[in-house]
Amino acid sequence: MKRVIVTVVGKDTVGIIARLCTYMAEHNVNILDITQTIVSGFFNMMMIVDTAAATAPFDVLATELEACGRDLGVVVKCQREEIFDSMHRI
Amino acid sequence: MINISEVIETNQMIERENLDVRTITMGISLLDCAAPDVETLAANIYDKICLRARDLVSTGEAIAREYGVPVINKRISVTPISLVGGSACRTPEDYVLLAQTLDRAAHEVGVNFIGGFSALVSKAMTPADKLLIRSIPQALATTELVCSSVNLGSTRTGIDMDAVRLMGETVLATAHATADRGSIGCAKLVVFCNAPDDNPFMAGAFHGVTEGDCVINVGVSGPGVVKHALEAVRGESFEVLCETIKKTAFKVTRVGQLVAREASQRLGVPFGVVDLSLAPTPAIGDSVADILHEIGVEHAGAPGTTAALALLNDQVKKGGIMASSYVGGLSGAFIPVSEDQGMIDAVNAGALTIEKLEAMTCVCSVGLDMIAIPGDTPASSISGIIADEMAIGMINQKTTAVRLIPVIGKGVGETVEFGGLLGHAPIMAVNPFSCDALIARTGRIPAPVHSFKN
Repeated sequence: MKRVIVTVVGKDTVGIIARLCTYMAEHNVNILDITQTIVSGFFNMMMIVDTAAATAPFDVLATELEACGRDLGVVVKCQREEIFDSMHRI
Repeated sequence: MINISEVIETNQMIERENLDVRTITMGISLLDCAAPDVETLAANIYDKICLRARDLVSTGEAIAREYGVPVINKRISVTPISLVGGSACRTPEDYVLLAQTLDRAAHEVGVNFIGGFSALVSKAMTPADKLLIRSIPQALATTELVCSSVNLGSTRTGIDMDAVRLMGETVLATAHATADRGSIGCAKLVVFCNAPDDNPFMAGAFHGVTEGDCVINVGVSGPGVVKHALEAVRGESFEVLCETIKKTAFKVTRVGQLVAREASQRLGVPFGVVDLSLAPTPAIGDSVADILHEIGVEHAGAPGTTAALALLNDQVKKGGIMASSYVGGLSGAFIPVSEDQGMIDAVNAGALTIEKLEAMTCVCSVGLDMIAIPGDTPASSISGIIADEMAIGMINQKTTAVRLIPVIGKGVGETVEFGGLLGHAPIMAVNPFSCDALIARTGRIPAPVHSFKN
């Protein structure tokens, strides 16, 4: 399992999840969890995804998901899960 | 499983509070490059560095991309060149050639600094050490990425005052050799007492002779993160203050540990240490002086600053030590003047002097760092400042360093601009009274007694 955290920050709009999920489905990325919240007026979404069977390498997935974000007017960021585990788990 | 508030916290540290990994530094031993003539030696050095560090920059960038945390610098440290060149170098110019070789290799692999144009002379100098020290002004004037350091003393050996005298002259000569560029050569030249073998930070990084063939050391950073965390506990007790610093240092260091392990694995090079130092940058909000302000002093340099810095330094270590399996290098708070906007503001406000900085170096890592002084300061006064700082390190069993920049053609009240990570610095006043007779004495200061600690 190669877990990646995808975060989306920006103004809420129709079709954000649909667009990202479609891209992930096309590239065989499995979505494990989706959470969202509003922080100081901004839409914050976090997806935990598994890229173990993905059809593209990390760099390509990240670059294209970030481009999707730009089209939608939100900021998308992809990071491997370990950075959060190291920082928040002993 | 990771929750969204933890993800938001981490990304806020990275995006708004300047959390980054300051440097991945690859230490490379050059001892096996030794050759009887300087051309062969230079070729061996170039080949070994290029072979070992070929993938260093791309690996650093890939890690930064995958974890979403900036890895600012990719650097190399090498075995002190005075040892490597001892068999082949007959003149200072031979050592300059080796410095230029290091510079070419650094450009070739794409790192932004290479450290180790160094000599370890804590007790006395060999002829090779002297040649290297004499070559420093020209070496730093004719290279771009080479950093030089000289260890002048230690708690076990005392202080080599002949070398201290020579380094005062060398600092001034380096300033003259790079006078057309704000005397920037001196920003790449540092002297130490008790220099660590595994320091990943420039200008003092070198690959000690007790190290293995190749190693990865990582320096973390995050003054902005600590400052932000302290904003939430204004007016609280020291207990709360210290807990907050420790927790923050833990989180910052864990990122460094992760990056170090990952870099080590991908490059197939053993992991050495994580250096816990809080390293400021000229960026707004990335300042150690701002943390001191947040702890409660109006400006760095005000009464109470040394206590605040002592507390900060100790809590950073306490938090960081648990977060990493191997801690080393300098591991403390850096207080460079030119690289920290809060320090520059304190100098401009008249709150901070060299003497107060000297007191602060008694309780934090390193020492008088990136301090611009008038270009007409005599070499003996520079040696005197160096000797004072070496004495603090020797007696207190800690690493101290001096990186002074006599800016040729400028005086107190003026500013020198270096650009980039080196920042800009107001010229600070040096005590005008002479120490000529002290510095003119030859020999060394004996090692201190290790008992009767008072």
